Amino acid sequence: MNTQALALRTHLQREARTEGVFRVATRFSAILVLVLLAGVILSLLYGSWPALSTFRWSFVTGERWNPVTEIFGALTPIYGTIATSLIALLIAVPLSFGIAVFLTETCPRWLRGPISMAIELLASVPSIVYGIWGLFVLAPILQHTVQPWLIEHLGPVPLVGVLFQGPPFGIGLLTAGLVLAIMVLPFITSVMREVFRMAPLSLKEAAYGVGATQWNVVWDVVMPWSRAGVIGGIMLGLGRALGETMAVTFVIGNAHRISASLLAPSTTISASIANEFAEAVGDLYTSSLFALGLLLFVLTFAVIAGARLLLLRLERNAVRRV
Amino acid sequence: MRIRSNRVRTLIGALALAATGIASATDISGAGATFPYPVYSKWAEAYKAQTGVGLNYQSIGSGGGIKQIKAATVTFGASDKPLEAKDLNDSGLVQWPMVIGGVVPVVNIPGVKPGDLQIDGPTLASVYLGEITKWNDARIKALNPKAALPDLAIAPVYRSDGSGTNFLFTNYLSKVSPTFQSKVGANTSVEWPTGIGAKGNEGVANMTTQTGGAIGYVEYAYAKQNGMTYLRLKNHEGKFVVPEASAFQAAAASADWENAEGYYLILTDQAGAASWPITGASFIIMYRQPKDPVSASEALKFFAWAYQNGTDMANQLDYVPLPEKLVKLVKKTWTASIQDNGKPVWTGK
Repeated sequence: MNTQALALRTHLQREARTEGVFRVATRFSAILVLVLLAGVILSLLYGSWPALSTFRWSFVTGERWNPVTEIFGALTPIYGTIATSLIALLIAVPLSFGIAVFLTETCPRWLRGPISMAIELLASVPSIVYGIWGLFVLAPILQHTVQPWLIEHLGPVPLVGVLFQGPPFGIGLLTAGLVLAIMVLPFITSVMREVFRMAPLSLKEAAYGVGATQWNVVWDVVMPWSRAGVIGGIMLGLGRALGETMAVTFVIGNAHRISASLLAPSTTISASIANEFAEAVGDLYTSSLFALGLLLFVLTFAVIAGARLLLLRLERNAVRRV
Repeated sequence: MRIRSNRVRTLIGALALAATGIASATDISGAGATFPYPVYSKWAEAYKAQTGVGLNYQSIGSGGGIKQIKAATVTFGASDKPLEAKDLNDSGLVQWPMVIGGVVPVVNIPGVKPGDLQIDGPTLASVYLGEITKWNDARIKALNPKAALPDLAIAPVYRSDGSGTNFLFTNYLSKVSPTFQSKVGANTSVEWPTGIGAKGNEGVANMTTQTGGAIGYVEYAYAKQNGMTYLRLKNHEGKFVVPEASAFQAAAASADWENAEGYYLILTDQAGAASWPITGASFIIMYRQPKDPVSASEALKFFAWAYQNGTDMANQLDYVPLPEKLVKLVKKTWTASIQDNGKPVWTGK
């Protein structure tokens, strides 16, 4: 009896020790992520300090990016980053919505698998492949057919016309936005599909029962149920679009100029860094590129944080309703 | 404790080896310009076969090469843009030209073949300033009275990354166009008022071939190997020249190297009826008093070998070797300037 109790005690002690090690290990891993994050922020701040202290707010509001006179303003890359991402969302969100509704509501069961698989494959294509495809396949098509048509037919239209001015080069904000749209589409689609699936069947069946059309059900039952999740999915897509580098570098034209026309070449934050960092001569130039990195970090962080908050709210609501 | 620190040292050594690839103790390490990388690696391959000494060259770009040599992480740095004499003296460095190259304007206009069109510096500057926007502009027509020029928008393509190619091109345009000088200036990267940016020579070459109406500028070797539609360019003497090896050599030969402190010479807009106007040398940078005289000596042996035996290989790859006279001058510089305790590191001829 006594020996048995002793054996049990040592066993329990050993268990407790393993438990302790396990706890410390997991806590360490979690804290390591925070330390890394803080390290990234600190090194970005340190690297960008010369530029930020020299230019202050004009680094964010200035449009000039002149390595000769060493005047650096990040307005063009900021504008390019946001503009291309918005174009991408304008195209990708309705398409994703369509795909997600089709997959969850009307798609025959046998087709669901292949379509979902194709969308997941889209997500796994490396971004440089999208870049090469954009430059060698999409850009010539845009230059020879789509853009001349846009310039001719939409160019003279008041208000919208300013977006379609200038010669058709085939590359620029619009092309970058199109390529980004294809790249973020699978992310938004999968999130939307998941949240649409979470809408309770009983509600949908009840709606159909009182004579609602498919559109009514999607728009008035499924959508209100999953609104926060949909927004979260869009935010995830936006986060990816903001930071995308290689594909954008290929097709945006890498020009530090702001132009109202969507056909004009521009640049994004990540494209500027990728293009210029290796050959940036001088402390202020290098530091300005660091500062661009910091800006992108802040921008993406805000978007991802927003998405997390919305998803969290969705989960809480779902729990409360069930 | 001693054993442990030795072990740590071995570990660090192994890691360093893994990081630099297969580099043995006698290997020469260098970093810098991407433009001469193909010819340096070809020379290195032949040199290794003969002597067993390899070259570990990282083609990270001229700016990177200058940073690396200043941090003394490599035996030599390579740059397409020479350092100024003051900068060299302040950092205790010495530089010399290794190969010669040139920048060639190329176009993509339907129906136009290589060498069909000709252009002069000021007109080229106006194109890159956005003052000339169509191929059938009167100023281009005046230079090419016989050519059928289409009513097509010009898409100027430039290097978006900092590069020696950019430096040569903008240096030339600044020399021939006061407007370009005041509005843009000369540097490895500049603020272009118009056009499309592409990364690297291959990026500009691709973008130019992809975009109808495009004009770009690439290193001579790229233009030649890709069979691109080059333009003939008007030189300092008013002659239109075709970009070819002899034209680059003519520009290098007519330069006054002997009186250029630290070989700081930019061969753009040189005199001489046969000179190509956008010519430049690619430079090697080393310490006057190398911390590791053995590897410095190995590096100089390699360069001497390349001057001696590398001419054909350079020609095959469309690089232009230095004129004989200049090689002699460079070797004199080695003996006089690169020393260890007052003795020259390089003792060849």
